[in-house]
Amino acid sequence: MDRREFGIKVASPAVFTVLLFLVWELVCKALDIPLTILPAPSDVFAALWQYRAPIVDNSWVTLWTTLAGFLIATVFGLLLGIGVGWHRALYAGIYPVLIGFNSVPKVAVVPVLILWFGIGEIPAVLTAFLISFFPIVVNVATGLATTEPELEDVLRALGASKLDIMRKVGIPRSLPYFFGSLKVAITLAFVGAVVSETVGANKGIGKLMLDAQAAFQVPIVFAGLLVLAVLGIVLYAATAMIEARFTGWAFRGQTNR
Amino acid sequence: MAYGRGAAAVKAIEDVSLDVARGEFIAVVGPSGCGKSSLMKLISGLHAPLAGSLTVEGRPVSGPLKSVGMAFQNSNLLPWRSALDNVLLPLEIVEPYRRGFKREKYKGKAVDLLHSVGLHGFTDKFPWELSGGMQQRTSICRALIHEPEILMLDEPFGALDAFTREELWCALRDLQSQRRVTVMLVTHDLREAVFLADTVYVMSSRPGRIVQRREIDIPRPRDLEVTYTQHFQDIVHELRTLIGKH
Repeated sequence: MDRREFGIKVASPAVFTVLLFLVWELVCKALDIPLTILPAPSDVFAALWQYRAPIVDNSWVTLWTTLAGFLIATVFGLLLGIGVGWHRALYAGIYPVLIGFNSVPKVAVVPVLILWFGIGEIPAVLTAFLISFFPIVVNVATGLATTEPELEDVLRALGASKLDIMRKVGIPRSLPYFFGSLKVAITLAFVGAVVSETVGANKGIGKLMLDAQAAFQVPIVFAGLLVLAVLGIVLYAATAMIEARFTGWAFRGQTNR
Repeated sequence: MAYGRGAAAVKAIEDVSLDVARGEFIAVVGPSGCGKSSLMKLISGLHAPLAGSLTVEGRPVSGPLKSVGMAFQNSNLLPWRSALDNVLLPLEIVEPYRRGFKREKYKGKAVDLLHSVGLHGFTDKFPWELSGGMQQRTSICRALIHEPEILMLDEPFGALDAFTREELWCALRDLQSQRRVTVMLVTHDLREAVFLADTVYVMSSRPGRIVQRREIDIPRPRDLEVTYTQHFQDIVHELRTLIGKH
């Protein structure tokens, strides 16, 4: 990374973030906004430090439920996407059902999950899974469906089976779509886990915020939001890194290879 | 032999019979839409005939032929594979190479082939790092790596500029003379056909029929200079007249 690139990729987001907090702090102090409406960043960071033990504890729960739901969604979404992309009849049959399923707000499903599995981590994992597998399925199926027939012809001329064509052309061709959808899915999984925690859970950032809100501990609520934002960025960045590692060929315009 | 779908189906090719000797280089020329490409896709088994039948060496063709190597107008290289790995692709599909395929085992063979068409130092490049001519050279290597009995080229140089095209004519000429591979070239470039082929078949359109079989008696090895001789021009002119007439 040269100096110019460092400036753009690291320094500029850092400066912007610090600036955002500064403006927030100044507005709170200048307008004398009460702590119970909008706490200033200094109050939020103070709360973050003071309650660091429960916050870390609960963050850990949110993180692993998110990741567990996301992993299930990845495996399930990839398999279903390949299945849907493999066969036109399967595509026609499953697609409308998928859209209908995806249209149901997942908050509405959480009470059912709690009914089935009780209060705890399982509803959070399942909500994260349910909310995040759809974009993976759609993207993988799209990647397969838009594979250039000319590329398939190359293999068909060699007498390749449908499975060969899928392995050598279809799947590599749809990998950029797959990884692109993972970035969407990880954020959605996170939303799903937190939503489930705010509806009913023993632990997790969502539950912590719910309790803090009930006790008018607004700085803790905001500390929770801050933790969620940071976790979201970290998860997104991790997925983006994996994407760049595996599908560099699809981003040739942006890298100096 | 009819070809196409539903109402769009046309009788593309009528009673075409080609005699190809082992090691011969034949070219099929004709106006666009005369069914040259259809003929090739039918022979290779890539498309099934809608009506009629097709036999290669006396046997009816039902699916892709095992011993065919094909290259198309577009190189159709897989963008996620390097030139070398693109060339190795057929070996991962076609028997007997497929059984126990190891990249290391065949790497040398692929590299040699790429070197023989002048791609020194480009074997590990990705398709987008290669020029159009280099991509097409790689594509031809890919069609040859599994040592097919016949190499079928469907307007392989159609998308290239005139100079690159002539360069690739020479590359193909050398490749063919070294390896003694049987080649069927489909093209609408008469100079290309006359320069490269032993025998040129002229097709007419709708329905596609062979209207002329012309043996090219220009001695080999042929140099690009040959294309400026009177004899060469005469043959091209003769073929051109045939296409105009039908």
